[in-house]
Amino acid sequence: MSVITYRQALRDTLRAEMVRDENVLVMGEEIGVFEGSYKITEGLLKEFGPRRVKDTPIAEEGFVGAAIGAAMLGLRPVVELMTINFSLIAIDQIINHAAKIYGMFGGQTSVPMVIRTPGGGGQQLGATHSQNIELFYSFIPGLKVMAPSTPAEASSMLRAAIRDDDPVLFLENLGLYNSKGEVPEGYAEPSNDNVATIGRAGVTREGSDITLIGYSRMAMVATQVAEKLAEEDISVEVVDLRSLRPLDRQTFVDSVKKTGAAVICEDDWLTYGIGAEIAASIQEGAFDYLDAPVRRVAMAEVPMPYAKPLETAALPSVESISTAIKETLSAVGKRVG
Amino acid sequence: MADTAKPKGGTARASASRRRGRKDTSPGLGDEKPEVLLDYYRQMVFVRQFEQRTGQAYTQARIGGYCHLNLGEEATVVGLMTALQERDYLFTNYRDHGYAIGKGMDPKRVMAELYGRSDGVSKGWGGSMHMYDTETRMLGGYGIVGGQLPLATGAALAISYRGGDEVVMCQMGDGTTNIGAWHESLNIAKLWNLPIVFVVINNFTGMGTTVEMSSAEPDLYKRGAAFRIEGERVDGRDVLAVRDTASRLIERARTEQTPFLLEAWSYRQKGHSVVDPAKYRTEEQRDEARSEENDPIRIFGEKLAKAGLLTDEQRDEINASVKAEVAEAADFAENSPHPDVSTLFDYTYASPVPNESRRMPADPVFAE
Repeated sequence: MSVITYRQALRDTLRAEMVRDENVLVMGEEIGVFEGSYKITEGLLKEFGPRRVKDTPIAEEGFVGAAIGAAMLGLRPVVELMTINFSLIAIDQIINHAAKIYGMFGGQTSVPMVIRTPGGGGQQLGATHSQNIELFYSFIPGLKVMAPSTPAEASSMLRAAIRDDDPVLFLENLGLYNSKGEVPEGYAEPSNDNVATIGRAGVTREGSDITLIGYSRMAMVATQVAEKLAEEDISVEVVDLRSLRPLDRQTFVDSVKKTGAAVICEDDWLTYGIGAEIAASIQEGAFDYLDAPVRRVAMAEVPMPYAKPLETAALPSVESISTAIKETLSAVGKRVG
Repeated sequence: MADTAKPKGGTARASASRRRGRKDTSPGLGDEKPEVLLDYYRQMVFVRQFEQRTGQAYTQARIGGYCHLNLGEEATVVGLMTALQERDYLFTNYRDHGYAIGKGMDPKRVMAELYGRSDGVSKGWGGSMHMYDTETRMLGGYGIVGGQLPLATGAALAISYRGGDEVVMCQMGDGTTNIGAWHESLNIAKLWNLPIVFVVINNFTGMGTTVEMSSAEPDLYKRGAAFRIEGERVDGRDVLAVRDTASRLIERARTEQTPFLLEAWSYRQKGHSVVDPAKYRTEEQRDEARSEENDPIRIFGEKLAKAGLLTDEQRDEINASVKAEVAEAADFAENSPHPDVSTLFDYTYASPVPNESRRMPADPVFAE
């Protein structure tokens, strides 16, 4: 085991997959000469050349669509969108085409491509650059939406995404790139077959008092919450969704059946958000086991402000999640602290 | 610039009268073999009758959804499709039936797709706007205006990436030339030197809005100039002119590894779709679209007759045999089974995954 950053895990895995399969190419804005806005593609142009590392014009609809067309002919493009906010420019190609081509042509051709893109608040980027709009893509049958939270997940899930025959939205979070974690030996080897199963959530920390459900950066924050509350003798079970579509309902419902209570934390807006789907699924699957209403901690429902105190207040935090957990437990008379 | 339709200068508004006043400047039949010429004629008649039958079935509610026909555009369709080699790829828009047949798809299965049956080319999942066939390399009709442009560009990228010698043809209507994807795709195609021919079928009306109302530059073949893409215009009523111009551009795209733009003036005889009475057209415009003078089948038939290659008996015989074949396609579609409801969830993902939602509307969530 070695400890590396989330960024390093992505970079090394991407490189390994390019070595392994000639059909894998990377495309996007500033990924070649500039070596990536967030340096995930650092070194790739030098190693693989401009045929396989394609700098694109700033024209998201054009190059995302081109990647889809190339995938229809059997290439495996990995597109980098500089931020998920720019995916809105390409949303017709993603939703109307990438997601539908397999189905509407009766399964004759698939679209084996990956769109890697970071999102999230906390960097003082203002309203149009701090969004988590994964909901739009998670809503669409035909797309797969992955949101890894640790370097190990980032590696095995990126490998799975590249080898998958369907279009995958691979969501990264600006707040995760520098986070560190253990990865298995040989994670960067082209021969590595440590491939995650797309559509499996994980119980990343066992507990008995309450289930805390998150994904991407919030799964990492959830672990911090659990560690903090453990000091107060509250046992939190953490579920990392990892995949938003397909959604592994069974794992979190089973956890809620065990603990009897749930809090969902998410980095996006509350109304109609991912958490709403999770809460509804808990209601459908574990209603009889619930000792308290399911609570959601989400981003404030405002366009993200630039000013630091406002931005901080708008985002879920270890404190706000901890408070929600304590309030839920005290509502059902469970011992708190 | 080989501009076979030779528009004169002047205001955009004058273009309708320009088109009307234009003489047939197409080459003659050249030294093409009679059997080839007759085959083109037959293919055009086939598209005409297939679409007439389709329109009929649609009004009888045997076909659902939207339905956009190629009536009046047969010379363009057949000219383009005969220019394309078998190994070349085609992307089209929602007006795709004729192209599907022209690219070699089985008309019976095209008709079955229109009927939404399991023997349809897309197993009943696509319908009128979404014909697709891997084998004949017809890579789809697409219902979103211009949605196919980036895809076609990407297919050309894949060819270029592998060093293949195939070409992609990307067909679209005149309305497409104003969307963002047009500009982005032409730019990328030239930037990356991709073997693709963009073909604009200019029927002068994007649904009901004229080219002059929607395009600041209504001479559409000139619009590649901004990307250093050579453009040509051809008279879409003339099957041989379309074939020859398209062939030349396809071969240049193949050997020079660079994109081209072709505009074909073509007369959509009816409204945008079967249910569109085209009231936005003036009486004069309607007459123009449906006039015998602009009917590509009549034009070509007369040329063949003049050259002694098509007698009245032959014409009747072609009409009758096509009619029988189209009837056979309709019967095939009628008799093809509806898709089995148990297959509803079979085509969402190519790589199956655990926990995929396979819910019928009434199912509880954990029945999956």
